[in-house]
Amino acid sequence: MDFLTLIQVLDSTVRMATPLLLACLAGLFSERAGIFDIGLEGKMLMAAFFSAAIAAITGNVWLGLLAGIAASLALSALHGLASITFRGNQLISGVALNFLASGLTVLIAESWFQQGGRTPSLLTQGRFNGIELPFAIGPTDAEAAGRPLSELIANANVVQQLYSELISGHSILVYVSFLAVPLTWWVLFRTRFGLRLRAVGENPAAVDTAGISVVRLRFAAIAICGLLCGIAGAYLATGLQAGFVKEMTSGRGYIALAALIFAKWRPWHALGACLLFGLLQAVALRFQSIQLGGFTIPVQVMDALPYILTVVILAGFVGRAIPPRAGGQPYVKER
Amino acid sequence: MEKMPKWADVVLIPVISLLLAAIISALVILFIGESPTEALSLMVKGALGSTYGWGYTLYYATNFLFTGLAVAVAAHAGLFNIGGEGQAMIGGLGLAIVCLYIPFPHWSIALLVAGLGAGLFGAAWAAIPAYLQAKRGSHIVITTIMFNFIAAAVLNYMLVNALKPKGAMDPSTAKFQEAAQLPSLHEILAPIGIEFSKSAPANVTLFVGLAACVVVWGLIWHTPLGHEIRALGKSERGAVYAGISPVRTIMVTMLISGALCGLMATNNVMGEAERLVLNATEGAGFIGIAVALMGRNHPFGVFLAAILFGFLYQGGAELALWTNIPSELIVVIQALVILFTGALDNMVRMPIEKIFIALRKENA
Repeated sequence: MDFLTLIQVLDSTVRMATPLLLACLAGLFSERAGIFDIGLEGKMLMAAFFSAAIAAITGNVWLGLLAGIAASLALSALHGLASITFRGNQLISGVALNFLASGLTVLIAESWFQQGGRTPSLLTQGRFNGIELPFAIGPTDAEAAGRPLSELIANANVVQQLYSELISGHSILVYVSFLAVPLTWWVLFRTRFGLRLRAVGENPAAVDTAGISVVRLRFAAIAICGLLCGIAGAYLATGLQAGFVKEMTSGRGYIALAALIFAKWRPWHALGACLLFGLLQAVALRFQSIQLGGFTIPVQVMDALPYILTVVILAGFVGRAIPPRAGGQPYVKER
Repeated sequence: MEKMPKWADVVLIPVISLLLAAIISALVILFIGESPTEALSLMVKGALGSTYGWGYTLYYATNFLFTGLAVAVAAHAGLFNIGGEGQAMIGGLGLAIVCLYIPFPHWSIALLVAGLGAGLFGAAWAAIPAYLQAKRGSHIVITTIMFNFIAAAVLNYMLVNALKPKGAMDPSTAKFQEAAQLPSLHEILAPIGIEFSKSAPANVTLFVGLAACVVVWGLIWHTPLGHEIRALGKSERGAVYAGISPVRTIMVTMLISGALCGLMATNNVMGEAERLVLNATEGAGFIGIAVALMGRNHPFGVFLAAILFGFLYQGGAELALWTNIPSELIVVIQALVILFTGALDNMVRMPIEKIFIALRKENA
């Protein structure tokens, strides 16, 4: 494998890791506040559909993004209603949301577009396109030189290859997702809101005693969760791909959940876990099977690896993954 | 004193939850520009209007009986088994291996041995999450979700690389031997003079599913093991105080739950497809969650809920055939049922409790 192929795989890793990272941070906010969320998948799917649908209808990708976030927030609100207001089972609520999204997206897509549960393919103005950073080789240089972009990059030097292929040329949402990592860390560990949010996930009674509303904090946490899932879904349908197709999240919400456990509910580790799982997806996408010293790793192993790794982590063989203590339990205010 | 009579808890609340789910489903149908009443009459006609429709309804219901019972058994121990889908997939794998490599003289022996293989494989797939929950405290919901994905990868690998006949294109096994083909309801009912559709897939495993309901009922309420399972589900500390080993009970409960999911393969793989295909389970493992929630984890309730979901599945397929409503409508209904009977249970329960308390005060 030559250097350029390696960079291309890493470039693809960044793209594949972006929705995982956004969803993983979404789950981080929710679970740190004591609300389990296995409905990340559903929120992403709903956001993917509405962002693509509105972008297709209006031709404006920013309106699409807003619609995606709104749809994801609506599901978040439902999750909050069930698991905070009515103190229902958070896991069951998450399962219900996933099915709701999986059914509703196809139902509405069929009713609006009649294309077998998909939206029309998005044209350039309906998508988040790659941003060319200064001094990087991009499509405009290729046009000016009249040669294909891949040829220009292949002839460039190593630093330029790294910069143009790996760092430049992603859509704005990719950069947003990577910036969300330090931001999440800062909010959670350097602000009063973050301290309270973590406290409500460990010991809500203590927060309540201090005169702070547990309900309001938890709703704030799942609203942030909805926002991030909305961006993740919009990236899938309008950045990574050009339009919505049925079940397009294909388990990414669960991989994000796995990454969250893998990262033991910490933002910087979440980045590492998502890049690792993104790399697995990128490799599985590019190579059908991998030769490793005469032994062939089948592609199915690559598909299953994130889940297997998560089970190993959960089993406590590689350090223990301890979730926030009050996670999953509805808070009943003492009278 | 109880807040409300038992019948309200067992009958009234599920019925109200179901009505709420139905009303919202009707609104969804209106929203996509179709008529809910027409849709309902089409569904009833398609699913219950002929022995052909009934044959499909009962076929789906059989699947849901097994997965619903599996979720219910685990729920009695306070365990949420979301892994039914994976356990049923691996159960299908076990069944396929038995049916492909062991020659059988008669279908009844084939059913017995294949059922054993399916149950064992399903139980084995539940064993690892169960062990991790019991011994290492890993949350069983997360591990069973992960095992669903791993099961899909295992099945994919086995079908593509090991079980696919040479030269075949699609990833599925060869057709099972003739002796392993189960009698359909048509063949069973013909001797007693009932004309049942020849082409419907309902088969003898319906009775296996019904028998499983009775066995689970006996197990949960009339055996020491069932007592231990329920005690653990009510309070782990209480169970330990009573001398019950949580580790052993969690393991046994999950093995039973996994075996029940595995047994589903006797219906969908052995009874209908007569070979193992890639997406044999079609989400039935997840429908088990809705069925168990609606049935209040009681085998009779599971039976009623399984029939209802069988009706919804067959009716939904008919809708997709004759109208512009895609069959995903059923996924929405399934989601709403899980939402109202599961997560939003308190929303329905609290006002009704208030009404009963107010009534009692008036009488007193």
